Amino acid sequence: MRDAYLVGAGQSEYGAFPEESYRSLFRTAFEAATDSVPRGIEASDVDEAFIGTLGVGGRQLGLSGPAVTEHVGLGGVPCTRVENACAASGFATRQAVQAVKSGMADVALAGGFEIMSDMSSDATKYWLGVSGETEWERLSGTTFSGVYAQMASVHMEKYGTTREHLSQVAVKNHANGAKNPHAQLGFECSLEDAQSAPVVADPLNLYHCCPTSDGAACALIVSEDVVDEYTDDPIRVAGVGASSDTVGLFQRDSYTGVPASQRAGEQAYEMAGVEPDDLDFAEVHDCFAIAELLAYEDLGFCEQGEAGDLIDSGATELGGDLPVNTSGGLKSKGHPIGATGAGQVVEAFKQLSGKAGDRQVENPTRGLTHNVGGSGGASVVHIFEKDAETEVSA
Amino acid sequence: MSWEPRPTPEITPETERYWSAAADGTLLVRECTDCGLVYHYPRALCPDCFSDDVEWKEASGEGTVYSYSATQSMSGWPEEDLPLVLAYVELEEGPRVMTNLECDPEDVEIGTRVTVRFKAVEDADAAVPVFVPRE
Repeated sequence: MRDAYLVGAGQSEYGAFPEESYRSLFRTAFEAATDSVPRGIEASDVDEAFIGTLGVGGRQLGLSGPAVTEHVGLGGVPCTRVENACAASGFATRQAVQAVKSGMADVALAGGFEIMSDMSSDATKYWLGVSGETEWERLSGTTFSGVYAQMASVHMEKYGTTREHLSQVAVKNHANGAKNPHAQLGFECSLEDAQSAPVVADPLNLYHCCPTSDGAACALIVSEDVVDEYTDDPIRVAGVGASSDTVGLFQRDSYTGVPASQRAGEQAYEMAGVEPDDLDFAEVHDCFAIAELLAYEDLGFCEQGEAGDLIDSGATELGGDLPVNTSGGLKSKGHPIGATGAGQVVEAFKQLSGKAGDRQVENPTRGLTHNVGGSGGASVVHIFEKDAETEVSA
Repeated sequence: MSWEPRPTPEITPETERYWSAAADGTLLVRECTDCGLVYHYPRALCPDCFSDDVEWKEASGEGTVYSYSATQSMSGWPEEDLPLVLAYVELEEGPRVMTNLECDPEDVEIGTRVTVRFKAVEDADAAVPVFVPRE
């Protein structure tokens, strides 16, 4: 199969935007993505589009892909909505890569959006809950915080992980998000703030949970045959991995890891021919602080059970050996469900293009994105890297 | 799904017997006659070997807490049932279930031995299994 390249990516701000619609946010993201392509790109160049959205609120649940692509001048372009809960646009990105690698498209758009801020908290809870195990887990009054809290409880019991480790994730991601103009909660928080926040679902408190958000993000994936038309500094999609699992946690053997993420990570590393040590940064799915710690282990950043030591070491902070969630992550940048995966690709593009501003990682060659649906019913991993020629010339 | 009062189970042809047994005070699991797997949730094919030679099996109703989480407030949840204690309970027979513990969260830890109880559901031949620490 031929190679696929990331030539542009952009997003709207994440937050609560009563003056915006899902279409206007998507337009902002699409224009940011096309504007970011070094040699420019026309809407008419796009051969295919994959749009991730859960459809929170149910406002345009059917045909929500075409509803936004038509709005940005892509009328007539084949468009498919991709739904995999919080991993929707991570999977949309994978679909775009597949379309390009297969030869069916030279230019594919991967995007995502969600509007979550215009509903009551009960309605939001309902729409978040539709991605839970609705038949057997929600019956107990379970929310995602309740499910992830129980993953945290087991990890703490088995490996001695502490509430302070969870809070350190919040402190780190807020420190990064404070440097990201698109972040919803772009302010720093102290360890004391994070430790003393009200309990949501013990052991998780408010600072261990990401917010709900409005937002949109887009990425442009092109083939090796046309990449030179768009950039002199190609970023190759070096690795892709994806997996699925039971929706309910109760059916899984272990709660101290996300098997779908482990499988997705292994596939992506194998395809890219790299090891976790070869990464310069990673954007991981920190919907809850424990999820970031589990990702460290699932993706091989450390051994099983050692995520607490890894966050303690400072290695995942900006300036550390492997900065994680330089964008602020879901915790600080925000989590507009359908946009989140594509939004992670935006950060990877910015970092590898040297356009990440105050949160720029020094001369990165390779970065990973990791996007999880629900409690791990679906997971997708991408590895992006600058072409070797670019490294030499740089 | 409404949380006022507690959620009502979705009863399907595959799960009807599970819920009506619960209303009679019995917790059922499924057992595969071919490979021996005991499993939850109830379904017509074994999730491991996909045999349709599966039987209902009466569970002892005893288990241990595999994990849990407590929350002091839950919008829409009956006030008298707070704090809400969520738990994954591992049944003696093997499978785990997502459930609630009807007790003070201070009385629970991972590994606590628990026994099933049943909460009646209005307007349906069903009851929801919950657990309490074993006496």
